[in-house]
Amino acid sequence: MTLKCHKLAKGYGEGEALVSKDPICFYLVEPKTGIVRENGHHLEGKSVAGKVLVFPSGKASSAVQMDGLVKLLLNKNAPTAMIVTLVEPVLLGSAVLTEIPLVDKLEKDPFETISTGDLVKVDANTGTVTVTKA
Amino acid sequence: MPGLKVPLCCTDGNYNYLSHCSIRNVDSLQLTNEEERVLKGEYGQGAQKAMELLVAIGEGFDAEKMIPVTRAHAACSGQEGDLYFVEILAKGGALCKIPTTTNPIADFEYFQQVLNIADEHNEASVAWKTKNYYKQIGAIMSQTCIPYLAENIPKYGEHVAFSESSATPYVNSVIGALTNRESIQTALAAGVIGETPEYGLHLKENRKGTVLVKVEADLRDGYAYSLLGQYIGKKVVSGIPVLVGIRKRPTIDQYINLCAMMNVTGAIPMFHIPGFTVEAKTEEESFAGNIPKDIITVTDDELRQTHEELQTATGAIDVVILGCPHYNLDQLAELTKLLRGKNIRRDASFWVNTSATTKRLAERAGYIELIEESGAHIVTDTCIDMFCWNNLREKTGMTDSPKCAYYRRFGPVRVGTLQECVAASVERGE
Repeated sequence: MTLKCHKLAKGYGEGEALVSKDPICFYLVEPKTGIVRENGHHLEGKSVAGKVLVFPSGKASSAVQMDGLVKLLLNKNAPTAMIVTLVEPVLLGSAVLTEIPLVDKLEKDPFETISTGDLVKVDANTGTVTVTKA
Repeated sequence: MPGLKVPLCCTDGNYNYLSHCSIRNVDSLQLTNEEERVLKGEYGQGAQKAMELLVAIGEGFDAEKMIPVTRAHAACSGQEGDLYFVEILAKGGALCKIPTTTNPIADFEYFQQVLNIADEHNEASVAWKTKNYYKQIGAIMSQTCIPYLAENIPKYGEHVAFSESSATPYVNSVIGALTNRESIQTALAAGVIGETPEYGLHLKENRKGTVLVKVEADLRDGYAYSLLGQYIGKKVVSGIPVLVGIRKRPTIDQYINLCAMMNVTGAIPMFHIPGFTVEAKTEEESFAGNIPKDIITVTDDELRQTHEELQTATGAIDVVILGCPHYNLDQLAELTKLLRGKNIRRDASFWVNTSATTKRLAERAGYIELIEESGAHIVTDTCIDMFCWNNLREKTGMTDSPKCAYYRRFGPVRVGTLQECVAASVERGE
């Protein structure tokens, strides 16, 4: 299944999908493992490394969201692409600078069409997301 | 229309997916010849990188043009992501074009004197380099997270680029200046270029309320406002809450606490308290035709539950950290009253973070002498989320700031009012 989407930060990334119901603050992800360490978070204990992350939006600090992503990148544990339903400038700026593709406005609700474990290819440049069900 | 025309809203993680939102092309951003020249690198690589970021943001938000901004605040963190971008700007010869203030990092010299800091993860050196690059590009080294009270005050109606949790909603709502929820890097790029893409909260139609919050709780002090912010951020996540039912004008520090906490549990760039914040006198004016996507009621029960969820320790504490966000002069006056004639327990330590400007004023008022006489430390230029506190991370802490507890660098923590923090750390029987 190929879905149209809106490019936020350019690039191409693919991987296994990891779907989070909760917004994400990447500063609360352990850089050395990629594991979400925020208490009570939907993804607590799961790793974002190499995943295509599907989540509602970024949240929390305007300062350290970028630090979180850069630390993940330096440890090779960053997500390969990100799909959100609501963009805010802090996440977008951080995605642009870390060159992690980021898209929104999928033509179908990503929370209904993508499940954790699906293979997802995100081409922000052409504005398409391809989903292969697990 | 660009940007956040149709704000999405959610509660409890249930997002309404708007299938009718259009997928727009991204080439709508029109640049002037001068902006094109910056983008081509004719004014150096630093300015070019700053413009590239602003253009990417403008394209992402479907902005149609760039608009001037006249001041910026970069919420620098002194960590890897911060260093990465400011280094590119500095090495590329960029200079701030408009007043651009900076966040606290750490007062290295002070902490070297009072705590034996081991820089095991190279954090001090990253922070040191970052600070120097900010100086190099001509930023104002205010090193405070509340620059909007003294060092960099936007005016009503002024377009600015302010990052930092409390700063963005404070300048939008309490002052009525216009800023998006910037990251360090987008605010810094705006500081270098003197422009930002026109989207989001720079457009009047995006400044309307989206969620109604009925406040029935007793907001008796600054801590109650922190709890309120924590609860609203968690419930609303993203959007513009309209708070009704608040009868007394919030004080400056109550506003600051509300602003900061809404951006720890959520991402709230603006709010209205009809009659008190400047852009709307009534509930109707706050929504300006928008139908609230949700209605939330906050009673004492919600605040009590929020307070209980924050506690990860009970009983005796080893260390108190205050000033997240930085304490202002009113708060230092209040603290002086509470600590007068008291001594901090010899087995505890007590730290208060503030700005260099505020400390200077507090010295003249005699507050600093009285606070230090009790054994408490006054720290300037420093954020609680810094390596300099590493030696305290095994200790049981206490703070009046849920934000400090969230980003804490110490062990288990109690969160309570300023009075409770003082009571838990002074010698008994005095």
